Amino acid sequence: MVMAAEPQFHVLAVDDSLFDRKFIERLLQKASCQVTTVDSGYKALEFLGLREGFEINDPDAVSTSPVIHQEVEVNLIITDYCMPGMTGYDLLKKVKESSACKNIPVVIMSSENVPARISRCLEEGAEEFFLKPVRLADLNKLKPLMMKTKLKNQKLEEIEAPSKDESGTVAAVVEPEVKDLTEIGIKILPLQSEVEPKQVHLQVVQQEEQTMSNNKRKSVEEGLSTDRSRPRFEGITTAV
Amino acid sequence: MLGLGVDRLQADINRLLTSLFHQGVLDEQFLQLQQLQDETSPTFVYDVINIYFDESEKLLRSLRLLLMDREFSDYKKIGLHLNQLVGSSSSIGARRVRNVCVAFRSASELNNRPGCLRGLEIVEHEYHYLKNMMHELFQLEQQRLLAAGVRYPM
Repeated sequence: MVMAAEPQFHVLAVDDSLFDRKFIERLLQKASCQVTTVDSGYKALEFLGLREGFEINDPDAVSTSPVIHQEVEVNLIITDYCMPGMTGYDLLKKVKESSACKNIPVVIMSSENVPARISRCLEEGAEEFFLKPVRLADLNKLKPLMMKTKLKNQKLEEIEAPSKDESGTVAAVVEPEVKDLTEIGIKILPLQSEVEPKQVHLQVVQQEEQTMSNNKRKSVEEGLSTDRSRPRFEGITTAV
Repeated sequence: MLGLGVDRLQADINRLLTSLFHQGVLDEQFLQLQQLQDETSPTFVYDVINIYFDESEKLLRSLRLLLMDREFSDYKKIGLHLNQLVGSSSSIGARRVRNVCVAFRSASELNNRPGCLRGLEIVEHEYHYLKNMMHELFQLEQQRLLAAGVRYPM
């Protein structure tokens, strides 16, 4: 079967539990995403081409060859909160501190509804905080967000490397000259308004904010009542 | 004759599932789990529930060891194990197991050792009941597949 117009999103899923990795992997595949799973925050950072203490575009860093990782664009990071060593929150901070990766949306999952924890993660830059069990509908809500960053990356490529070479996709984005992505972000906006109407851009952002605030509300509300206020199951009609 | 076999087995499966839903052993999340299974991942439910069994039993053994220790004081570790159990149980729709794990977790947050011991007993009981039910379900499924296979020879 041919995957037609639907873009391929690549998601990096981080969880120390094998069960959770299998589960989230299947969910993401069902949501038509490509998935890479790792069992720790450290491995996630490695995969992203970051390592504790330095980044690949740090001039003082030993020149490693992260080419493989860079060619694989990551459109979303979804991580468990509670992990030994580096928690999901720690990973979130590291990603947001990295100029190469800070625009990758990060979603945190947890089986505990702790409002203070949720706020802290959102404040640190997490796009969403999902309470387990995570559902397909939750992931589908993330698609506009992933689309936005994917488009942004494509725009960056066009600016940084107008004549693409064979492998030059995300590699172009993290050239040493590119020290600060926000700097480029500011440069891009005027171009964007020429290419696409500003109203469209604003609409997308508003929709996202709408969805996001709905979800944020959802996770905090659920702390107030144990009942998830989803329709209780009355009887079944089908089996497998 | 063979057709009846498949239909009867399907009816048995439906009856078992209905019963489990009515008992609150399973909830709608189990249906969500079933929907994740398809041609590209035809044994997903079976596979992921077996991983759930493996991981849960490790956690339960660890919990028992922790609590049986006279000098026990690591309530935080109990909490971590239980978070894992709550998360995975809720992901497969094992509502009763999830709920008793939450109750157990509350006892651990209060550093209540007798409460924890009692909580563990209840979780073990509910877990084993669930496991037996799942095995029965898988067996019926297997039989149904076999019966259907014979009915539609390649």
